[in-house]
Amino acid sequence: MSKDTLEYHWGKHHRAYVENLNKQIVGTELDGMSLEDVIIVSYNKGDMLPPFNNAAQAWNHEFFWESMKPGGGGKPSGELLELIERDFGSFDRFLKEFKSAAATQFGSGWAWLAYKANRLNVDNAMNPFPSEKDKKLVVVKSPNAVNPLVWDYSPLLTIDVWEHAYFLDFENRRPNYISVFMDKLVSWEVVSKRLEIAKARATKREMEEERRKKEEEEENSEDEAVEVYVDGDESESE
Amino acid sequence: MGSVTCNPLAPPSTHLLLNPSKIPKFCHSRRQLHGSQRAPKIIAYYGLKTPPYKLDALEPYMSKRTLEVHWGELHRGYVEGLNKHLAKDDVLYGYTLDELVKVSYNSGNPLPVFNNAVQVWNHDFFWESMQPGGGDIPKYGVLEQIEKDFGSFTNFKEKFIGAALTLFGSGYVWLVLKREERRLAVVKTSNAINPLVWNDIPIISLDMWEHAYYLDYKNDKGTYANVFMNHLVSWNAAMSRMARAEAFVNLGEPKIPIA
Repeated sequence: MSKDTLEYHWGKHHRAYVENLNKQIVGTELDGMSLEDVIIVSYNKGDMLPPFNNAAQAWNHEFFWESMKPGGGGKPSGELLELIERDFGSFDRFLKEFKSAAATQFGSGWAWLAYKANRLNVDNAMNPFPSEKDKKLVVVKSPNAVNPLVWDYSPLLTIDVWEHAYFLDFENRRPNYISVFMDKLVSWEVVSKRLEIAKARATKREMEEERRKKEEEEENSEDEAVEVYVDGDESESE
Repeated sequence: MGSVTCNPLAPPSTHLLLNPSKIPKFCHSRRQLHGSQRAPKIIAYYGLKTPPYKLDALEPYMSKRTLEVHWGELHRGYVEGLNKHLAKDDVLYGYTLDELVKVSYNSGNPLPVFNNAVQVWNHDFFWESMQPGGGDIPKYGVLEQIEKDFGSFTNFKEKFIGAALTLFGSGYVWLVLKREERRLAVVKTSNAINPLVWNDIPIISLDMWEHAYYLDYKNDKGTYANVFMNHLVSWNAAMSRMARAEAFVNLGEPKIPIA
């Protein structure tokens, strides 16, 4: 990835997203929030508010730069490799799926490796049988500025497939760019670290949910003790 | 041992060309055979239409290299993708490119062939929306209609360039004749969407996918859009398209039955 590309991609595109975002949120309620919160709030369940594009792109690009390193590539190891092999069959099959997602994202967008916990981000839906197996790695692609945070996934790795990311170095040959990215640039250490954080986060949320459910149950049982049915002469069965 | 029926009714293109010396689209044909021979079905394929100027003719505003990559590789890729779909699927047989775009759009739930078909259409249209020595302002009917619908040519130009600057992600900016409202408008579309799917009639388009300008202008969309309006846009093409569009709107679109 040439210096020219970095100078434009980071120095102009990424910088513009940050500056424009700041202009958009100054003085609003979004101003003090963390970037991730700004993204989720302005995503507005799909009905995006104006700051979304800039916020998401600022986050996406930071995430993208950190997904790479000089002398990267190769294969992951340890727990990450185990999970990849468990969820994709083999590292090669994961590679194929990731490359295919990146190549088939039509228009501008991103391809991701993400950690998906056993939650459903729908307000009134519950996963009735949450199990360890639901927590898994997935490959997803997203258009324009969308990123998996809005689906409540934990992103681990991304590749930018907006044309500005590869046009100076590869012109229209996106598949070459993707291959080079996977062979020479990916920083698996960073991805592994993100996986650990994602798993810790998932466990923490599970514990919090357990706690909250228990609290609610306690409250309900207290109420039940207090309920008194006032009967008339006839007894009514409920 | 068979008769070849050629269907010449497929209109040559959706928009009148300045130099009708292109490779004509092949006729759909089917060979009927007698006897026990298996009839090989011959289906027509689309060819890559060359722009009505040489690849370096738009310099210095659009480089030869951009044309080589954009037309020679990307546009060609879409044509090849389209042909691959046509080879697989009988259902798509018999449509003109315009119709194929509308049918495969499928009211917003596009069929797989849509992206390739519409991108072929879009790029054919885009090359012909430009000419060497383009720009300046339109004349006669087009100018009158623009002034009627936008107030002034300057206002139209501002709207057009504004749309180009505010389009997020990949897409196109169009000057269209809106069929129902019978007026011109500037619209911007995402990815490959084309105003045909809303039954409007495109008059001019500007390709705002990054591949269209990145080699020449990098991230400077503003300069690219201005250069397009000042030096590249072909008001001649717009004039002939407008005449045809007005006829369609005023007189209704002709229904030519396919034999």
